[in-house]
Amino acid sequence: MRLANPDSSPVPEIVLEAGRGSTHYWRDLWRYRELAGFLAWRDIKVRYKQAALGVAWAILQPAIQTVLLTFVFGKLARMPDGGLPYALIVLSGLLPWQLFTAAFSGAGNSLVGNSHLISKVYFPRLLVPISCLAVALVDFGVMLALALPVIFIFGGAPGWQLLLLPLFVLLALVIAFGAGLWITALTVKFRDFRFITPFILQIGMFVTPVGFRTDFLPNWRDLIALNPLAGVVDGVRWCLLGGRTELYLPGLGISVVIAAILLASGIGYFRRTERQFADVI
Amino acid sequence: MSHPAIEVSGLAKRYVIEHEARHDNLRDTLHHAARKLWRRARWGTGFDTEEFWALRDVSFTVQPGEVVGVIGRNGAGKSTLLKVLSRITEPTAGRVTLRGRIASLLEVGTGFHPDLTGRENIFLNGAILGMRSTEIRRKFDEIVAFAEVERFIDTPVKRYSSGMYVRLAFAVAAHLEPEILIVDEVLAVGDAQFQKKCLGKMREVSTQHGRTVLFVSHQMSAIAQLCSRAILLSAGRVAHIGPTQDVLQTMMASPPLTHRPSDALDRPRITDIAVSQTALESGNLQISVSFESPHVLTRPHVGIVLTTQFGALVGGTNTNADPCRNSHPASSGLLRLHLAHPPLLPGQYRINVWFGDGDGSTEHREGAIEFYFPGLRTRPPEFRTETVGPLDMAFDWEQLPLIR
Repeated sequence: MRLANPDSSPVPEIVLEAGRGSTHYWRDLWRYRELAGFLAWRDIKVRYKQAALGVAWAILQPAIQTVLLTFVFGKLARMPDGGLPYALIVLSGLLPWQLFTAAFSGAGNSLVGNSHLISKVYFPRLLVPISCLAVALVDFGVMLALALPVIFIFGGAPGWQLLLLPLFVLLALVIAFGAGLWITALTVKFRDFRFITPFILQIGMFVTPVGFRTDFLPNWRDLIALNPLAGVVDGVRWCLLGGRTELYLPGLGISVVIAAILLASGIGYFRRTERQFADVI
Repeated sequence: MSHPAIEVSGLAKRYVIEHEARHDNLRDTLHHAARKLWRRARWGTGFDTEEFWALRDVSFTVQPGEVVGVIGRNGAGKSTLLKVLSRITEPTAGRVTLRGRIASLLEVGTGFHPDLTGRENIFLNGAILGMRSTEIRRKFDEIVAFAEVERFIDTPVKRYSSGMYVRLAFAVAAHLEPEILIVDEVLAVGDAQFQKKCLGKMREVSTQHGRTVLFVSHQMSAIAQLCSRAILLSAGRVAHIGPTQDVLQTMMASPPLTHRPSDALDRPRITDIAVSQTALESGNLQISVSFESPHVLTRPHVGIVLTTQFGALVGGTNTNADPCRNSHPASSGLLRLHLAHPPLLPGQYRINVWFGDGDGSTEHREGAIEFYFPGLRTRPPEFRTETVGPLDMAFDWEQLPLIR
């Protein structure tokens, strides 16, 4: 019989003591990285397994939302479009918003949704919310691939700005992850926080410039910029519509700072409460 | 290799029990916290929480390649010990040193998803148990063969029979290659033949591959077969540690339990639990639960689960499932369960008791009382509850000629 694993030949020594759980945490996180992939793969696979329309859901939902928001903001409220087809303004705002929604609500529910794993096996718990980001990213990729031709047809003409898109995607994920870590860690103890997620998303839909452009609202701009997602949505719109909307750099700066604070504090709180998860979940 | 594979010293685990209902929402917690602060300010203590030590000052070592059994009654701390060793929960005090890769199997099929196929679940479950995908791929055929599910490997596991499900789940775990394997009560599932196969696999893992195994089971026969040494836990402490036969004997000789009433007078409580000796002598079971309450209970409710002395479940009932004759509101009284000629082997039995009002239960006692049931007939001495199970049924044999 050969050895278990070539890399296990020096016998690893693990010491467990009260309050010492963190010594190998980041190394373990790396060692278990495949598990995050498997968990994401499971979630994607299970979602489409018994759905009759399958991947069509990924198209149907944003398509209907685009039509609806175009009608409300473009036709009813007559928000300024600056010469762009209004549907494109909405579509380019919906894409990052959907990414955030999926990542945030996924990460926020992740621990309670996987409580049967938490109480029965050891692995760095941070992997569970991370796997939700991967799921959201895959959905976003599908939607983006479908949206790009539409943007071209309606004359959106993305240019070199498209190359900066990954940075804004990353920013959206960081915000969703930071906020999601808070929510999921709090949900372990207080199930109320499960109800807070839809509430945040409902309000967020309106305070985030999903259905309107901010560069024509100079009076409100700075207030809107306090919402870290405003910078993300503006940025993605700027990338997808080839720079035909203005990128508000101070607003983006605020986004980055808030995102960093959310991420650092989220990881901090998660790590602090993590060792009790199995006892209280 | 002179270092032990598992070294545990002074291990303790404390849980804090809150006597009021659990606070699963923020409003209750805020309310509760405010009240606690108020009480603390007035009396200087928060007296509505109680500490519970699931483990206390547990120390032992296990050498590489050893198979050690962990036994003890329900609530003795076995599962907590395994949870601490498999890093699911943190110890409150003490120190554990583990030398080698560990894998723990606290449940069969952790993370199995009913909608995924057998193939997909092997990969998912393997990853959850800490295997690399290359490792799973390498052993895939072996796992499928061991589980005997070749034909159904691409069928969602929700369509599997429970036997197939368990076989597949155990097969994945059995092909882990850790240096230390921690196994909890997994053999309680599956048919006899598969149990035998599992035991064989575990023996092979320890003797041929020199792996260390820590094994919890209620089946004394499995412990006796597999383990050279055993640890007896009692109320969170190590009561005995040594060669398996000695430890098993200590366990059987441990004194029977009697009921001690709780001293919380401000709540409904059980004042006495009794098993009628005269009923036992005529082969019947009659269990009486007396209660008292500061207020009138609209429908006094009792649940009883019968177990063997080692905690293996035998059967149970409550006053909801089998309504109580002449049930009426009362602030004190006695509920009596009659069981005429239960088909049980002679032996020591225990009962777990639940008590409350209506559907809820406010008090729960594991192993509340222990008694000797004489059995309905004489059976050979080797037919004990831990070797053949507690049931004594109307077995009926016949020999027939072959029909050609």
